[in-house]
Amino acid sequence: MTDRPIPTSTRPDATAPSPASALALSGIRKTFGSVVADDDASLAVAPGEIHALVGENGAGKSTLMRIASGLLAPDAGRVTIGGRDVTGWSVTDAIAAGVGMVHQHFLLVPTLTVADNVVLGREPGRGPLYDPAEARRAVQALVDATALEVAVSQRVADCSVGEAQRVEILKALYRGARILILDEPTAVLAPPEVERLWTVLRAHRASGGSVVLITHKLDEVSAISDIVTVMRAGRTVARMPTATTTPSALARLIVGTERATPTTTSTATRAPREAAAPLALDVRDLVVLDPRGRRAVAGVTLAIERGEIVGIAGVEGNGQRELIEAIAGLRAASAGTIAIDGLRIERATVRARRDAGLAHIPEDRQRHGLVLPFSIAENLALDDRARYRASPFGLGLDRVAIDDGARRGISALDIRPAEPTRAVATLSGGNQQKVVVARETAGVGRNDTPLRVLLAAHPTRGVDVGAVATIHARLRDARDAGRAVLLVSAELTELLALADRIVVMLRGRIVATFTRGDVTLAALGDAMTGAR
Amino acid sequence: MLPVAALRRQRLTEAVLPVAIAAAIALIAGDLLILAVGQAPATVYRLLLEGTWGNGYGTGQVLYKATTLIFTGLAVSVPLAAGMFNIGAESQLAAGGFAAGTVGMLLAPTTPAPLAVAICLLAAAAGGALVGAVPGLLIARTGANEVITTIMLNVIVLSALNWAVAAHLHVPETLHTPTIRAGTVPRLGALVPSLRGSAANWTVLLALLVVAATGWLVVRSRPGFAIRAVGSAPEAAATAGISVARTRVGAFIVGGALAGLGAANFVLGYKHYYEDGFAGGSGYLGIAVALAGRGRPIGIVLAALAFATLSQGGLAIHAVVPKQIADVLQAVVILVVAAATPVVARRLGEPPA
Repeated sequence: MTDRPIPTSTRPDATAPSPASALALSGIRKTFGSVVADDDASLAVAPGEIHALVGENGAGKSTLMRIASGLLAPDAGRVTIGGRDVTGWSVTDAIAAGVGMVHQHFLLVPTLTVADNVVLGREPGRGPLYDPAEARRAVQALVDATALEVAVSQRVADCSVGEAQRVEILKALYRGARILILDEPTAVLAPPEVERLWTVLRAHRASGGSVVLITHKLDEVSAISDIVTVMRAGRTVARMPTATTTPSALARLIVGTERATPTTTSTATRAPREAAAPLALDVRDLVVLDPRGRRAVAGVTLAIERGEIVGIAGVEGNGQRELIEAIAGLRAASAGTIAIDGLRIERATVRARRDAGLAHIPEDRQRHGLVLPFSIAENLALDDRARYRASPFGLGLDRVAIDDGARRGISALDIRPAEPTRAVATLSGGNQQKVVVARETAGVGRNDTPLRVLLAAHPTRGVDVGAVATIHARLRDARDAGRAVLLVSAELTELLALADRIVVMLRGRIVATFTRGDVTLAALGDAMTGAR
Repeated sequence: MLPVAALRRQRLTEAVLPVAIAAAIALIAGDLLILAVGQAPATVYRLLLEGTWGNGYGTGQVLYKATTLIFTGLAVSVPLAAGMFNIGAESQLAAGGFAAGTVGMLLAPTTPAPLAVAICLLAAAAGGALVGAVPGLLIARTGANEVITTIMLNVIVLSALNWAVAAHLHVPETLHTPTIRAGTVPRLGALVPSLRGSAANWTVLLALLVVAATGWLVVRSRPGFAIRAVGSAPEAAATAGISVARTRVGAFIVGGALAGLGAANFVLGYKHYYEDGFAGGSGYLGIAVALAGRGRPIGIVLAALAFATLSQGGLAIHAVVPKQIADVLQAVVILVVAAATPVVARRLGEPPA
């Protein structure tokens, strides 16, 4: 037990604001197997401040905050709150001490009401009886006090994304959180909802609370934060008052000087397309519904020629994922057509689309890209049944061909360690991603169909610098070999470095198109946020 | 970085340790139970071993019971490799027996014996596969839960078979079909005199062949590759173009066929007719065999032998302690294996998230 009593949390309806305690993490190291997520990371948050924590995907921000909120224990380093050493505390301890985390992916029960969700785990009532009226009253009081507008009797299933996020914040506040940790809260929000979130966070600060805001959008840092901490490759590299820095200075700190400007190679010289030759990828009037029946892709027309990389820019959640999944065959299109080299595929199975020459680097490599317990060799053979020997009875695996493919893939992408039989679960994130990229760019599908169209969704998300360069080179090679590449990325620098053409998606539509050489970050940003 | 050798050692430990812990805990639980009914554990265990491996008849009976359990254990483990729980081995086994029994009794007595046996085996596999296909298709078509569909299908199939035998096909005064006269599987007692009198028959050899073939199917074959990919990461398999639904239906059909083949042990090797209720829980015990055997061929054979020993030994110790003690021990082993596996895996360290 701790040597000091943990303060009993304030009842939410008695919102006499108490100041937050100072939270400090220092010298934090955390590894997952061979992957170092955090290495000498630190963060200090004072009461009454909004603290931005910035860094690239995979810089170790989320891991650090999971340690702060008690979800993970660090391998080394110290966590203190109000000077008290709480290293390795549990989520329960953290909540009791007023630290609450709002996750990027909401943890809500859709069939229950807003009020039910907020009080869940701390339900008001007598004995075994739950008092829903009291829950509604308490949550309404909290809503009134915090300007977190949401109808308390509404079912969460009927909430918008912004409302669901406010419910998550209410949950944290109901449990007495004074230090709110928000993990990329604006990734899912439309611009007006972002403004409302800022209002709420400023009110929280005014009442003496603090906020840690994980983000990789630098305009947000200047808009809302008082202090900014920069992380790179698991380390804290800078901490300064926001007023003393600029977005471009931050950008340099985030990416590091060694790759301050992305190298831009010239577009491969393309032979002019013969008038009759079909487009490599031809998407017309595509409509894709999300699980709740809304038009996630609301009529997209997009054409890619051979030897062209088209980048899709946009704030996450504007239909990019649904577009890619619909082309890949993982999500049904409700209207429109998709053709590869003139062959219509919008009703085809994933297998048939791959046979037609489609390859797909999925966004979530661990869930959609890899079978983690499988070896490198098996993962490289996952899609490619041409490597299977037709005996005995056409049932056997062709071990020789699989090993051959593994050797080629490992050397082409420099996968380390270069052991075909090693389970991919034991590889670092960057090497796992290289396995996916090696497989999807191998170029030959079943029936020796050449690769024609490559979908690459966030191909370098969360991978180390070396792997980024390898993967970028591989994508350029695919382009130069005459493949059509559709690239989705949250990293504008990546799009600028690779794409011949950038289209911007907003609310399920393509709202702007830029060609290389005629694009600025400002123009992209305006189009992405709908400011134009 | 883990060197490959260390990784192999870890996998082996992960496989063996839960079973070893389970055996130890089951032994302790057994001691307590036996003490609770006022007997000396040593005496009871001695009786149990003498009644099973201690004599030819007991050994034969253990082999006979283990044979069926190998088939039902495989029937559970193949769908399990595809990420599906097959609770339907009981009715798949019964359906296989019914198919073999009815086809066998319809064959002319002049049919050459090897041909007759082959036809009956095919019928058994087909009967089981048919019952396995139903939950497979429901799961693939509607996303139904496989546990619920297989349990409910057990009720339907077993009732239908009971009705078919009782109302139409039975020999008067019994609940079994007429005896197969065309050809059957000989008892082992004909070759090994000490096993004489026991139900052990050549189906045990078929079981070992099928274990090897199933091991090859899962680890070395194209369909097995798809089954394992779907079982470990259905979304990644789908993204790579493997049809998750088709793979799961296939795994259920294979599982059903394996359970159905197990009926040969009773129908062709022992009684030479289909008898209502012959499955007698072997299908359910197959779940325990698959879990304790952890999907490995050797593991399934050993687990089947262990559970068969407990089951036969329960009869031997009946004189001094309630037979239910052996049943409780079986259940304790299953419980402990199920509980110990995740704990051991966690202790050995998880792969990075």
